Amino acid sequence: MNKVTEEILREVSDWNGKEFDGAFNIRENGQCAGVRSTENIRIEPKEGGRGIDIYIAPGTKKENVYIPACVTVGNIDDVVYNDFHVGENADVTIIAGCGVHSDGEGEARHNGIHRFLLDRGAHVVYKEKHIGSGTGVGLRKIDPVTDVELAEDAVLEMETLQIRGVDRTTRTTRGVLKDRARLIIHESIMTDGEEYAKTDFEVDMQGEDSAVDLISRSVARDHSYQEYHSKILGNNRCTGHSECDAILVGEGKVNASPELFAGNLDAALIHEAAIGKIAGEQILKLQTLGLTEEEAEEKIIEGFLRG
Amino acid sequence: MLTLKNIHWTLPDGEEILKGIDLTVQTGKLTIVTGPNGGGKTSIAKLVSGLEHPTSGEIWLDDVDITDKNITERAKLGVSYAFQQPVRFKGLTVRDLLMLAAGGELPEHRLCSILGKVGLCTQDYIDREVNASLSGGEIKRIEIATVLARKDRKLAIFDEPEAGIDLWSFAGLVDVFERLKKKGTETLLVISHQERLLNIADEIVVVADGKVRAAGPREEILPQLLADEKVGSCPIGKEIQSDE
Repeated sequence: MNKVTEEILREVSDWNGKEFDGAFNIRENGQCAGVRSTENIRIEPKEGGRGIDIYIAPGTKKENVYIPACVTVGNIDDVVYNDFHVGENADVTIIAGCGVHSDGEGEARHNGIHRFLLDRGAHVVYKEKHIGSGTGVGLRKIDPVTDVELAEDAVLEMETLQIRGVDRTTRTTRGVLKDRARLIIHESIMTDGEEYAKTDFEVDMQGEDSAVDLISRSVARDHSYQEYHSKILGNNRCTGHSECDAILVGEGKVNASPELFAGNLDAALIHEAAIGKIAGEQILKLQTLGLTEEEAEEKIIEGFLRG
Repeated sequence: MLTLKNIHWTLPDGEEILKGIDLTVQTGKLTIVTGPNGGGKTSIAKLVSGLEHPTSGEIWLDDVDITDKNITERAKLGVSYAFQQPVRFKGLTVRDLLMLAAGGELPEHRLCSILGKVGLCTQDYIDREVNASLSGGEIKRIEIATVLARKDRKLAIFDEPEAGIDLWSFAGLVDVFERLKKKGTETLLVISHQERLLNIADEIVVVADGKVRAAGPREEILPQLLADEKVGSCPIGKEIQSDE
């Protein structure tokens, strides 16, 4: 592993500089830089090195899987296909950070295409943190595609965070939910400069008593631009909630377009959206606690994205 | 000690909110500012904490002229202010807010002590977001707690601290002010209409129509206020009428 990869790993996947406490696969510039399976979690490369299959045995409890991906030089367009096969009643955490770094004129791009196939009663917490770094003018791009299939009673909790340095991102998430399955997504994105971020969710609740909760918190600073589109389809007795909150700073722009489709009389679907600048009173209150205006703004944004 | 010297405050549209306020609030004393709605009480609090700046006049904290200092500078000098209408923050927790108020980490026992003083159970509230899920009474108590969490306070301003707080908790609130008073180390300025708070004041200042209508020890001012209330007239009503 090169130095840049090590730095990215520390930031995006809680790497302590020595080892991961579970199964892992480290991808560096399109190549495998380290892999380890455990008794319950088997990682197998796909043919041609285009990705991996991760098999999590039924009943596996409280284990972690790390699949960080790093692009550390320009002129790389890394596309990887990772499939997670999660056995019945397994309960695991998957950490999938990604960093793109460019010090030159070449573009650095990572495109992770992930499929989550959760068997009955499985529970997965999926954490994804994206960053861009480097001093080059080449664009840093991350375009994740996530396909989710949740069997009966399965639960997937996704926490995604993009805080800096990614010039372009298009995040696509699609989900299909069976009976009593639940999909919970908390997305936090901050863009600045001339960055662009697009989020596209589509969740089809086919199962009875299935549920989805999409929460997006975003901050668009400087001249950055964000688009948010969510489409929730309730095709059975189900509950769907989508919440898009955005803070604008400077010349930032946000376009939020939620879409709800109720194809069943007992589908209960809600969308909430709020876009605006930081409330002046929030800044004033924190100033009365001794913070400067700039410090107050940072704290408000930090809390907003974390919440 | 807080001193306001001939404070005038006029809005850009020409409306005169404060018309020559002279006021001295002694250290170690509880001074309550009361008077009719719209009379200028909250304006005084905002001018002292730096949220607004006077058109003319001077504001002194002990021997420092703070008239031209901004909000942050005043906060660092020891001015703290519990808003009448507390602000909600999506994402910031009660713990976050109290730590920001304290200027750093706060151990659990200290957090527990601060929240206990305003009648909140730490376990139930410490990791809750200060957002719309909190009731008016809960958020008001958290607002008061942000002032109690401040270190090196010299002046604490509470704007209608009783608003939204139930009767049971009100006794606790009275206790908070009595304890602060007993410590005798800071200047306490409370804006209130509540008789139970007026009853523990050292000094009462009546503000109406942008002017100080009466100021003095509680024993002197309160009976007159209560008498006015009984006959349904404005506080210190005769003086207001004589001015107009």
